[in-house]
Amino acid sequence: MDEEKKFTTVSIPAPLFKKIEERIKGTGFTSVSSYVTYVLRELIAEEEEEEEPFTKEDEERIKERLRALGYLD
Amino acid sequence: MAAKPHGGKLIERVEKKERQQEATEMPRINISIDEARDIANIAHGVFSPLEGYMTREDFENVLIHGRLSNDLPWTIPIVMDVSKEEIEEILEGDDLALFYNDAPVATMKIEEIYPYDKKEYARNVYRTDSMEHPGVAQLFKKKNFLVGGKITLLKDIPTNFPKYKLWPKETRILFKARGWRTVVGFQTRNAPHVGHEYVQKTALTFVDGLFINPLIGRKKKGDFKDEIIIKTYETLFKNYYPKDVATIAILETEMRYAGPREAIFHAIIRKNYGCTHFIVGRDHAGVGNFYGPYEAQEIFYEYPDLGITPLFFKSFFYCRKCGGVTNDKICPHGKEDRVNFSGTKIRELLLRGQQQPAIMMRPEVADVILKASNPFVE
Repeated sequence: MDEEKKFTTVSIPAPLFKKIEERIKGTGFTSVSSYVTYVLRELIAEEEEEEEPFTKEDEERIKERLRALGYLD
Repeated sequence: MAAKPHGGKLIERVEKKERQQEATEMPRINISIDEARDIANIAHGVFSPLEGYMTREDFENVLIHGRLSNDLPWTIPIVMDVSKEEIEEILEGDDLALFYNDAPVATMKIEEIYPYDKKEYARNVYRTDSMEHPGVAQLFKKKNFLVGGKITLLKDIPTNFPKYKLWPKETRILFKARGWRTVVGFQTRNAPHVGHEYVQKTALTFVDGLFINPLIGRKKKGDFKDEIIIKTYETLFKNYYPKDVATIAILETEMRYAGPREAIFHAIIRKNYGCTHFIVGRDHAGVGNFYGPYEAQEIFYEYPDLGITPLFFKSFFYCRKCGGVTNDKICPHGKEDRVNFSGTKIRELLLRGQQQPAIMMRPEVADVILKASNPFVE
């Protein structure tokens, strides 16, 4: 099995790199890259697009079924 | 506001009737009940953002990194296995009809057919390749090739529990109609004892609604039968839960017993149902001694982008000195004062036809189990 995953390089200021190196000492992070990946994933997830709302028809049809099943009064 | 679906969009791949006739003229493969259920799960968004069975790139990413090829968290391969003989009759690019009980339930556009290494699959997903592990044993029964591609559902398969069968679109509208902005999901494959109730109600104290979501499907010998799980929860709800803040619906899929990886998978599913929080207890989805007691909680720290908040619970027990159900974190008393909610112990008593002490299991719940001729999977 090909274990290669597509990675790429980004540049960050050297002082920031040093700061992160210090910060991750004694934590579970094994490298600056793994820390930066973690933080960026967290940030990107927060900015995900809003979900499309249901149509009125869908909502009414489903509410009818939920009432029939006893989930809604 | 309900949690956003995983990947941002609730998948819907249902096209009933129109393609039924067409499907009878396509190359066909017969599928099992487990596969038919998972196809419905894909089609109705339970497994969003999956639109079909995984192709090799996603499959390998999931094995190695616990993520899809687009970097989205995903820990359990959703794959369809086929034999060498079956692939001789199909080609990439073909439309394939998937038959269950001699009727076409779905079609699949074949994108890729590929071999896979079962040992590597087992070591990555189950963290063991021991045949003692029920998930591994099941995996080694699978055929030697995988087929990936988008599916379209033609027909919902019947369920034994139609009253409790809801899809994510429906639970999302239900939560909204009830005014629940925050909802905690609870995965279970057990009849509830008092410890479960304590965990659920503790979590519920901090959110608007509780969504009990029992897993219905193939389980190992000695687990509670599906109908017992449903009946015991009906009894518990009737006697001990306020109606306006708790609800129950089933999830039909097989247990994989993949411990930590399955805990993430279970959380993603509940996110798709609209839950904002998910309860992770001791040895979630574990089996035997294959996983550490809190490994299924620790794995969540690898997924800051999961999009659902895990609520971790320590081991809970009845403490004679505290005079109630409590847990490791908040009870200062010793082991001699504690009565553990041991599933094994409860099963032993039930198998002998003995009523549980009320501190372990509600008498009404125990009654349901004791009245059943055989409450456990054989």
